Amino acid sequence: MLDAEFFRRWLTGAAAAVDREADRLTELDSAIGDADHGSNMRRGFAAVVRALEEEPSGTPGSLLVLAGRQLISTVGGASGPLYGTLLRRTGKALGDAAEVAPVQLAEALRVGVAAVAQLGGAKAGDKTMLDALEPAVEALGESLGASFAAAAEAADEGALATVPMRARKGRASYLGERSVGHQDPGATSSALLVAALSSAAEGAR
Amino acid sequence: MSAAVGIVLVSHSAAVAASVAELARGLAGGGRTAPVAAAGGTQDGGLGTSAELIRQAATAVDGGAGVAVLVDLGSAVLTVKALLAEGDELPEGTRLVDAPFVEGAVAAVVTASAGGDLDAVAAAAAEAYGYRKG
Repeated sequence: MLDAEFFRRWLTGAAAAVDREADRLTELDSAIGDADHGSNMRRGFAAVVRALEEEPSGTPGSLLVLAGRQLISTVGGASGPLYGTLLRRTGKALGDAAEVAPVQLAEALRVGVAAVAQLGGAKAGDKTMLDALEPAVEALGESLGASFAAAAEAADEGALATVPMRARKGRASYLGERSVGHQDPGATSSALLVAALSSAAEGAR
Repeated sequence: MSAAVGIVLVSHSAAVAASVAELARGLAGGGRTAPVAAAGGTQDGGLGTSAELIRQAATAVDGGAGVAVLVDLGSAVLTVKALLAEGDELPEGTRLVDAPFVEGAVAAVVTASAGGDLDAVAAAAAEAYGYRKG
């Protein structure tokens, strides 16, 4: 079972990964976006960590909702409402249980990712964070929530697969063919989040 | 006289949001003008979207008749949608209006100032998509 500690480990691990990789995210974003993805994500996840520190109690679901709200409030770019919606909807789908089974998390993440797709109006192949998130939740679902490592691998592959894609959403879509040949920054940060989930699961063993 | 619909203008740029608000107020003519608030840029003055500034603006113009929110692009659209999906983040009766930013803002402020309700304001702003320029 996954308890609140697991979710704290995931979110703080994600914050550390975002902080570590912020320069790379911004570099990817400077090629096809407005060069603020790394700093935006760093600011958002720093706020998540602060909020978690100020919230000593909480269930898996409530912690994710709290984190999602911080991202919507503090990021300042489109990734804020998108990642905020991902965490908030996933958290709401988990309800108020003190512990959740991995298969429940797999299903909740599917709900969260669907909400991101609806909010952004994007689909797989549009060169967005969905290209990492959808394969990840699919891999996790196939293993019935057992293999977070498989999800992380699928997310990484999904992020890499955005390189030859032409962007169809957001600022990068204005570049048309010139967006081809660059890895999508949003898919890259999504892969970091899924990798942090996998690391949190390893820590639970 | 009952309260007018409030208008919130959300842009990536504080200067754009403030200027469009000024333009819309100016073109609304004399008499009573509906409350208009700009929510532009990030809280530290950069380009982007601030959920907090949007919340403050919506609260400031809310007189109970509803609030029409007009946005420019990208994160402005997504942030307002995410705040509305949250349920309790914006005043009751707040609506994202699908309209061109400048023309829609003028239409919305004129309609709200004339006493139009939220449906009328939203319709007038959306109608601005139909004005061809060439």
